[in-house]
Amino acid sequence: MTRHMFLFQAAAMLALSAVGCDKSQPPTQDNQQSTAAATTAPANVRLNGAGSTFVYPLMSRWSTDYQKIVPTVQVNYQSIGSGGGIRQLTERTVQFGATDGPMSDDQLKEAKSPVVHIPLAMGAVVPTYNLPDLPHAIQFTSDALAGIFLGNIKTWNDPKIASVNVGLKLPATPIVVVHRSDGSGTTYVWVDYLSKVSPEWKAKVGVATSVNWPVGIAGKGNEGVAGTVRQTPGSIGYVELTYALQNKMPAAQIKNQAGKFVEPTVDSVTAAAAGAISAIPDDLRYSITNSPGETAWPASGTVWAVLYQDMPAGPERKALVGFLRWTLHDGQKSCKALDYAQLPAELVERATAKLDLIEPAPK
Amino acid sequence: MTADLGTMTAGEGVSAKARNLRRWGPRALQGWTNLDGLFRKACGAFAASIVALLALVVYQLVHASRLSIDHFGVGFAWEKVWDPVAQKLGAATFIYGTVVTSTIALLIAVPLGIGIAIFLVELAPRRLGSVVGFLVELLAAIPSIVYGLWGLFVLAPLVRLWVAPALRKTLGFLPLFSGESNGVGMLTAGLILSIMVLPFIAAVSRDVLAAVPQTQREGSLALGTTKWETIWNVVLPYGRVGITGATILALGRALGETMAVTMVIGNSPQIMASLFEPGYTMSAVIANEYSEASGPLYLSALTELGLLLFVVTFAVNGAASLLIWRLTRGPGAHA
Repeated sequence: MTRHMFLFQAAAMLALSAVGCDKSQPPTQDNQQSTAAATTAPANVRLNGAGSTFVYPLMSRWSTDYQKIVPTVQVNYQSIGSGGGIRQLTERTVQFGATDGPMSDDQLKEAKSPVVHIPLAMGAVVPTYNLPDLPHAIQFTSDALAGIFLGNIKTWNDPKIASVNVGLKLPATPIVVVHRSDGSGTTYVWVDYLSKVSPEWKAKVGVATSVNWPVGIAGKGNEGVAGTVRQTPGSIGYVELTYALQNKMPAAQIKNQAGKFVEPTVDSVTAAAAGAISAIPDDLRYSITNSPGETAWPASGTVWAVLYQDMPAGPERKALVGFLRWTLHDGQKSCKALDYAQLPAELVERATAKLDLIEPAPK
Repeated sequence: MTADLGTMTAGEGVSAKARNLRRWGPRALQGWTNLDGLFRKACGAFAASIVALLALVVYQLVHASRLSIDHFGVGFAWEKVWDPVAQKLGAATFIYGTVVTSTIALLIAVPLGIGIAIFLVELAPRRLGSVVGFLVELLAAIPSIVYGLWGLFVLAPLVRLWVAPALRKTLGFLPLFSGESNGVGMLTAGLILSIMVLPFIAAVSRDVLAAVPQTQREGSLALGTTKWETIWNVVLPYGRVGITGATILALGRALGETMAVTMVIGNSPQIMASLFEPGYTMSAVIANEYSEASGPLYLSALTELGLLLFVVTFAVNGAASLLIWRLTRGPGAHA
């Protein structure tokens, strides 16, 4: 009996309170409040971007830092891969994409309206290896690297490797090539470099985010390649510079176009872009692998933001261009701490000019 | 509503449980609707939804891979080159890798799983049985990426340093076990898969064997058979349908497993006789290349791989159930 009474009371109270709610908050008043808010305070803008996984850590830092400066703009970035970012931009489900390789002519055609490329930051690809007891980093000529990845150079003591590593005692063991199994911008930069230095590579394999590798085994992601290299004596693979630096992996030096052996660092990557700046076309779709710069790291790459030139004017366009303009200037300072390479000053200038065409800079 | 009112008046003196039963039980509802008919229709709809879902999946896969089917034709299934740059794409290496790794997995896991089940149900002391059973089920709860990383960092070096040399020494005359091993490869992938599917086989078989009526065992023992003869001739044949089901479930998992396999198989689209060589599976290549695939033909070819995986799963499942059915029923089971 007591339970029945309690239930009844509860039901009665619920009914009463429901009626009360209806009376206390007439819908008309509600509407008035929200319209008033919209006209007085600036509206919050949510920018959706998607693409490159490589830029994701930097992009998250940028989006939190930028929100501190401009609290009304929220940048929401999904790291789904460069290809996915381009696809989402083409389908107009995001306001910007981010990609490790510039969009191809076919992709631009598919996008229908003109697309602008804005470089955001730079990275590099580094050969890493598993050879015990080497006193210092191994050095490669581009010929040797192309030979190894083509499967023409089969052992570590091959004269093409040994001749430039006089101080190192290289074993006669077979070379195991390790590459990425997933399609990735890292692979794109690496094979782009190889095809620039080796006509044989260009003819036989070519350049893409996934290629038909002549030799080797593959690991998924940087961690898959790094793990396989670490587990396999006599192996050589390639990983992102940030990954190699943060995990203190052995990194080989490469002889660049200027004939110097360079160490992979964020500065030698910036130098690669600076060295190639005069060759960068007007649409900023470029490749800086095998750059002629004196201290340039030859396997360097860029991540671009891609957006539509003819975005309709409004708060979204203003917020997006404002955010990208900030990443090109103040935002660049965050690069080094996260092991990304900054853009050279001249490239920043040219990219800013592109943004001005979409939305003129505020006075 | 009328049924409701009727029970309300009966209120006092009747226990709450009985009241509820009368209010909501089948008989109360039968007054205003045909519950049986409704129930049958609902269950029929559930069953039909599976068929509809499968049909939808097939339709969608065929639709999305249209471009690739038109371009490559049936040759797609036996073309061995996979070159995204030249847009020359074929599925043979992936089909081979998928079938080979799943076969290795089942060859190891089926006898092991049934053995575990027999031990748990027929031989182990009850306490030990429940502990081991719990641990086996725990294996099923480990995420596949953890299996994959474990495979890469622990199992692959073991295979390189111990398993492969031992196999080469003893069975090296077979092309299957020839050549050097880098640790990662089809054998390692098969081993990882066998561990992953083991709990499915062991746990389901255990429940199946536990459901074999005690009278069956007693009858057999009364005829003077040994424990072994009882298990082999009476218990296992009685549970063969369930064990077949467990194996099919495991096979499905093995064919479709992606993450753990891609970490340890070497991801090399090639067909090599030696199991030490790297290979590639269908699900692994889809997972690896789909997100960065550029160009409609390339995407369509990856989708067609999904369609082929569907076909292969159907075919292999069918063949496997036939085979196991024959094996457990045929003269072998009574030898």
